Amino acid sequence: MTTAANRLSREFGSPQVSSSGLTLDVDKVRSDFPILRQRVRGRTLVYLDNAATSQKPQVVIDAIRHYYERDNANIHRGVHFLSEHATEEYEGARRKLQSFLNAADASEIIFVRGATEAINLVAQTYGRTNVHAGDEVLITAMEHHSNIVPWQILCEEKGARLRVAPISDSGELLFEDFENLLGPRTKIVAVTHVSNALGTITLVQRIIEMAHRWNIPVLVDGAQAVPHLKVDVQALGCDFYVFSGHKVYGPTGIGVLYGKSALLDAMPPYQGGGDMISSVTYEKTIYNNLPYKFEAGTPHVAGAIGLGAAIEYVDALGIDNIAAHEHELLAYATETVSAIPGIRLIGTAREKAGVLSFLLDSIHPHDIGTILDQEGIAIRTGHHCAQPVMQRFGIAATARASFALYNTREEVDALVEGIQKVREVFA
Amino acid sequence: MPDLRELYQELILEHSKAPRNYRALATANHRAEGYNPLCGDHFTVYLDLEGDSIRDITFQGSGCAISKASASLMTQSVKGKTRAEVAKLFEQFHKLVTGQSPANGSRDELGKLAAFSGVSEFPVRVKCATLAWHTLHASLEGKQGTVSTE
Repeated sequence: MTTAANRLSREFGSPQVSSSGLTLDVDKVRSDFPILRQRVRGRTLVYLDNAATSQKPQVVIDAIRHYYERDNANIHRGVHFLSEHATEEYEGARRKLQSFLNAADASEIIFVRGATEAINLVAQTYGRTNVHAGDEVLITAMEHHSNIVPWQILCEEKGARLRVAPISDSGELLFEDFENLLGPRTKIVAVTHVSNALGTITLVQRIIEMAHRWNIPVLVDGAQAVPHLKVDVQALGCDFYVFSGHKVYGPTGIGVLYGKSALLDAMPPYQGGGDMISSVTYEKTIYNNLPYKFEAGTPHVAGAIGLGAAIEYVDALGIDNIAAHEHELLAYATETVSAIPGIRLIGTAREKAGVLSFLLDSIHPHDIGTILDQEGIAIRTGHHCAQPVMQRFGIAATARASFALYNTREEVDALVEGIQKVREVFA
Repeated sequence: MPDLRELYQELILEHSKAPRNYRALATANHRAEGYNPLCGDHFTVYLDLEGDSIRDITFQGSGCAISKASASLMTQSVKGKTRAEVAKLFEQFHKLVTGQSPANGSRDELGKLAAFSGVSEFPVRVKCATLAWHTLHASLEGKQGTVSTE
């Protein structure tokens, strides 16, 4: 298989050794993740559900623990030592995220609960201000429900129309159709960077260029991209970029909305409360500056600090090294899984990251999931919160294996053996 | 550790591949829909109810092996039975798949449905095994709307 995988990786243009000359030491990386040491159902855990959520390295667990053991205090208010320290840590995490995304300013990084909340925030503030009756919101046919429903709610309220750019049978955006859907009525474009159900990497730069010709702002849903690709929001030129911390080795309940400061400044607040104001009287409230205008209430301080530790961990390993490792793994999995009789891959775009969605004969994905689980292999089965994507392919569900930096070729082999076992049970 | 063969018994696999009474029913005077949106399991149960008895019952739809086989075996088990008999059978079936010991002698009454005994070891699959039953139950009770076991 090594030769085949090498051939594949040559075809896919994936470097085994990154430009920096470093490679990922997967054994070392695995030892950073305590959860991977355990056995489930009497077997070594093979965790291939990373697109749902990633596992956490010890440094993230320690950062959260340290915060609660040593630094816990409310931020931005206290004059005491702990509050000052907690504020420094929280704002330090923001600066780390600014550098991670290469945002122009730290105040363009808004901490939210996750990608879902970030999209709702933009829909309810930018959207409610700028989208009116007869206007259009343009998305693609491979969005997660979180990048569909907030826009639907907005369109229903405003009497606006949700337009959907189609994709090909391989799961790639049809750029010509996308461009034809842009027009004077389009008020915002919202697209996924990497599809959670198909793994397609969308050429968001091209989308942004097309939309900007019409002066339409673009929101990029990076929930599935940030763990796998280098994201530079200034190079992309996107107006909004959102992601969830827990998919990039950070804690749940924390995520990021990046927005260009000119847009964020002009937007009304999302929620009212403490911390988002500079003065309050019963007659009038003056809102705080960015980013605090959008961070009402006590934020998830521990989460932000944990996310800061997570991206530091990713940076130390090198996102290019991670990408090269995962690319090689996906190529190997694509080759070995598709060689199994009865397999049909869903999502065969030329550029993919992290995701292998498949069907096996007419066996329901939930039966595949249950049998693999008995082998200690965790995959996701179902519609992946992307029912319209399933409808596009005329299916109800898929089985999805998704990869992270700690996965190995041996785990792909275990997946292949597991699928063979499914075939035996249903023979 | 639960045994896969206990869950995917031959009878279940066979019924999932070749479900019985799998068609729309022209004479149906009741129909009900069962849908588990997270799973995507989706079935329609057609009933020809004559007085208090099920004269005929069929189903259509798609789902996992457990849900489909359960619907198939259910239609075979309840045909000709009265509402009260169906309610009793459902109660025993429910006890079986949720791991509560059925009353003495009820294993015999369950007949082929006893093939679902392995489901109790797989709690997340109970909703699959009971979807068709809850759908039938709703139909017999004259309830409107789609049934879900999620």
